[in-house]
Amino acid sequence: MTTQVEQKIRVLIAKPGLDGHDRGAKVIARAFRDAGMEVIYTGLRQTPEMIASAAIQEDVDAIGLSCLSGAHMYLFPRVMELLRERGADDIVVFGGGTIPDEDIQKLKAAGIAAVFTPGATTGEAIEFVRTNVRKTV
Amino acid sequence: MHEKRDIKRIEQEKERWEAETLKPTLKNAPERAERFTSVSMAPVERLYTPADLPDRDFMKDLGFPGEYPYTRGVHPTMYRAKLWTMRMFAGYGTAIETNRRFKYLLQQGQMGLSTAFDLPTLMGYDSDHPFAAGEVGKCGVAIDSLADMEVLFDGIPLGEVTTSMTITSPASVLWAMYIAVCEKQGVPYHRIGGTIQNDILKEYIAQKEYIYPIEPSVRLVTDTVLFGAHHLPRWNTISISGYHIREAGATALQELAFTLADGMLYVEEAIKAGLEVDAFAPRLSFFFDCHNDLFEEVAKFRAARRLWARIVREKFEAKDPRSWLLRTHAQTAGVALTAQQPHNNIARVAIQALAGVLGGTQSLHTNAMDEAMALPTEGAATIALRTQQIIAYESGVTNTVDPLAGSYYVEALTNQMEEGAWEYFRRIEDLGGMIRAIEKGFPQREIADAAYAYQQAIEREDKIIVGVNRFTEKEEHQIPLLSIDRAAEGRQIDRLRELRRSRDKDLVVRSLDALRQAAVGKDLWGKDLLMPKILDAVRAYATQGEIMDVFREVWGEYTEPSII
Amino acid sequence: MELTRKILEGDVRAAARLMTMIENGASEARAALKSLYPHTGSGYIIGITGPPGSGKSTLTDELTDELRKRRKTVGIVAVDPTSPFTGGAILADRIRMQRHSLDADVFIRSMATRGHLGGLARATNDIVDVMDAAGKEVILIETVGVGQDEVEVVGTAHTCVVVSVPGLGDEVQAIKAGILEIGDIFVVNKADREGANRTATELEMMLHMAPDTGGWLPKVYKTVATKGKGIVELVDAIFEHKAFLDERDLRKKKGRERSERAFLTLLQETLAARTIERFKRNGSMKELIERIADRELDPYTAVEEVLESIGL
Ligand code: B12
Ligand SMILES: Nc1nc2c(ncn2[C@@H]2O[C@H](COP(=O)(O)OP(=O)(O)O)[C@@H](O)[C@H]2O)c(=O)[nH]1
Ligand SMILES: [Mg+2]
Repeated sequence: MTTQVEQKIRVLIAKPGLDGHDRGAKVIARAFRDAGMEVIYTGLRQTPEMIASAAIQEDVDAIGLSCLSGAHMYLFPRVMELLRERGADDIVVFGGGTIPDEDIQKLKAAGIAAVFTPGATTGEAIEFVRTNVRKTV
Repeated sequence: MHEKRDIKRIEQEKERWEAETLKPTLKNAPERAERFTSVSMAPVERLYTPADLPDRDFMKDLGFPGEYPYTRGVHPTMYRAKLWTMRMFAGYGTAIETNRRFKYLLQQGQMGLSTAFDLPTLMGYDSDHPFAAGEVGKCGVAIDSLADMEVLFDGIPLGEVTTSMTITSPASVLWAMYIAVCEKQGVPYHRIGGTIQNDILKEYIAQKEYIYPIEPSVRLVTDTVLFGAHHLPRWNTISISGYHIREAGATALQELAFTLADGMLYVEEAIKAGLEVDAFAPRLSFFFDCHNDLFEEVAKFRAARRLWARIVREKFEAKDPRSWLLRTHAQTAGVALTAQQPHNNIARVAIQALAGVLGGTQSLHTNAMDEAMALPTEGAATIALRTQQIIAYESGVTNTVDPLAGSYYVEALTNQMEEGAWEYFRRIEDLGGMIRAIEKGFPQREIADAAYAYQQAIEREDKIIVGVNRFTEKEEHQIPLLSIDRAAEGRQIDRLRELRRSRDKDLVVRSLDALRQAAVGKDLWGKDLLMPKILDAVRAYATQGEIMDVFREVWGEYTEPSII
Repeated sequence: MELTRKILEGDVRAAARLMTMIENGASEARAALKSLYPHTGSGYIIGITGPPGSGKSTLTDELTDELRKRRKTVGIVAVDPTSPFTGGAILADRIRMQRHSLDADVFIRSMATRGHLGGLARATNDIVDVMDAAGKEVILIETVGVGQDEVEVVGTAHTCVVVSVPGLGDEVQAIKAGILEIGDIFVVNKADREGANRTATELEMMLHMAPDTGGWLPKVYKTVATKGKGIVELVDAIFEHKAFLDERDLRKKKGRERSERAFLTLLQETLAARTIERFKRNGSMKELIERIADRELDPYTAVEEVLESIGL
């Protein structure tokens, strides 16, 4: 308890809804691991409730949501809402997938910190996490 | 394919050429990279010669089109007689909207229908299930019951068009609905033609639309194979799919190997269930990807035909030449299309479609330039269809059979693909067969590794994607996008509730009970006892979610091994 | 203390926060652990160990299900390895347990080893204590499942369940090599596979030859975790072992041993940290090490000198 151990960034990567496109989410999860982060992967078909609850128990610094099916306007804000209800909206929520530009603005207004779309590099996503997660323990 | 003597001479000459001609050139003008690799990151040599094709025999390995081993094509005249079927995948919103799109596509000269379903339908949930919230009609058309299917094919003569349905876990149910619509249209069973995807193994490997554990799921597939063999001779009961495997990240070789390994398992299961291989093998069809790397793709198609012919004839001892044929649908690689500078996708699709045609596909879907953004608009889909028509009617590649045969490169690649696939088959066998291999996460891990390696190659700029990591532009290109009417979900749910009120409830309950009985029976495994029961339930307007729930109850649900 | 109060009231967020502080070695964590300590000691701790892919996570999920049916509150600590190359980790045990994520009486926490050997993470013990204080009646620890030397869990758990699968000759060997002594209960999972009976018999034979460890005879159970088969029997066996320990007051003994180890570890760590800190303030560590490296000074004398200089 006395030696100051290195602090790790913990990120939950989740696939909300019925969407099974997991290539992108897995690529991101691996890249985050290779960047030295601890990545909790909850697997497919998660409800917003399950995601919010897992994020709180795991006390993650950030939640990365991946959705390619077009249901993001329902699912992403719902996760934010649940976190807010449980006083955990200091967790940075960001995401990616097939998300039209016009929706990105709306998602940001709903509290989603960043949205990465096809062609984004894993490097950009890592950079985002490193500069935006809470720094204190 | 050459005399040993000739090969020796060619090898010697190649060495001479390297010393005398190549070396000085390299000194003055070095090559652009140290290693050249295909899209699949397989090494590619500078030059191929007959020396790269040792121990191959023209008659044994290539032969003539329409004859074993079919390397050169499944038909003797190929596209000189009949072009491939231009089949565009379509579906969104409710049955009413998709029915309208179908009619439009048929007017545009499309030759068959291909149905895309929404995620709740694909996953066996009704539109009013809590998991369906936000997903109804988004990725395809929402079908809850026979009532929706009737609307979907309203005014379309099902005795004349063939229909492909991209559905797997609930394939038996959707197929039953289609058959029931045919019954209502008065189309006899022997005239009903089409395809259900129904390839469940690739769901565990790549597409992730599995519901039940692997074994009972395979039983359900085998049940449909048996039903088809007995009653619907023109129906393709499984479309053994490499497409999804490839799009999830596999290399061309992995796509080929895992797909054929899946195919072998279905054949084994149907034989175990008591069918003669020739009674069903002709109704198995395939579905492959066509990616950007033209030659690699052509080689893949050619190797696939040769492998399958050898497997079915030698391993499964099929006698009927129709069993040996690998007939395939193809789709251009969606994953190669970019959101940046979307017009460039038209060029990519043209190259990919050309690969499919040069590979000898029987049917083709071309993706639209807006692929990376949303379901295609009518305009974008039309350009994609026109791309096929240009290849068919203007390019001249359809004038002769298997035009790339004899290219040292393509033949060498074809051989490499074949050999690599045998090696994978061996590894899968060592793991205890395909089902065990999937449970252990073997194909999944291979694919995830390949996907990650490819992403890293892009980020290192080892692989260049025009408009993404090179030749980028600041200004974004705007193209119109299809937006799905968000009210469709509500309308669909209303329709479903109305159906639940008006149908004969007792009949529904009775038909579902009968189905449950059939599903429980252990000794009944592998008999076509489920399809007739599913048909009864469908005719009684049981919803697909209700039918799928019966199996959920009996068989439980699958959780995948955690491979990242 | 605010944090402690919240945790004792069952605040998940507060408990989760403290766990992070513990993992990161934050100094505030120590104070919280101090005040939580009197509230620990009632949770029953079960270790689940065995090779990767043997079904530990699936079993943990099923055990949780059965324990919930028996109205026990459950804490789960699942440990996965940290990559030695990147320092990162993918924690994916949770995938199999997500159906419990909405159950307020189940708390699941994933942790990475962060370089710690022995099958657990450095902070696992403390995190178990937090779950215990937060009122979890049964706490399941899933070990990393990589090597044969995953014996650390014995020091923490009251009942240690060793999982194997049919037909893996090597795995049985591995168990023989190190894990045989640590198991209170043995499970042959994936009993739907060929060879389950044989593996179970082999295990039983090995157990018979093992030296007696105070009256408890470990038994072998067959389970099919994916179908929930054999779980009721397994939970019964765990409670049987618990009863055995309680009858003989062995749980207390185990607890005492655990306390001793925890105390000694803490003492070592604290001493080392304080010493280094104080020495850094007084002398130059860098210089000293250079002298050792240059063979001007041997490390033994150096240590003695340092301790002397700070009065130890
Ligand atoms: C590959 C693919 C598939 C594969 C999926 C394999 C798999 N296991 O992942 C297969 C062939 C199985 C498939 C099937 C289907 N697909 Co699909 N598919 C694609 C495709 C072509 C590429 C997606 C991809 O993997 N790209 C490569 C990865 C690396 O990129 P990515 O996922 O976009 O991730 C990047 C960024 O988006 C971002 N990102 C993504 N998630 C996250 C998360 C975080 C935290 C961060 C930081 C970043 C981030 O970073 C990544 C790196 O750059 C897209 C179209 C396209 N070109 O994008 C369609 C697409 C997503 N599919 C679509 C559809 C409709 C389907 C189906 C429903 C078709 C059907 N009706 O049967 C099925 C459903 C499958 C399912 N179970 O959900 C539609 C969705 C439409 C919409 N949203 O409006 C698309 C857009 C195609 C289209 N235009 O119609 N598909
Ligand atoms: N056939 C079979 N597979 C199982 C059983 N238990 C677990 N599995 C599968 O084995 C794989 C690994 O399981 P997991 O719980 O993650 O193992 P862990 O690595 O030990 O935690 C998963 O694919 C499980 O579905 C079982 O009893 N029978
Ligand atoms: Mg595990």
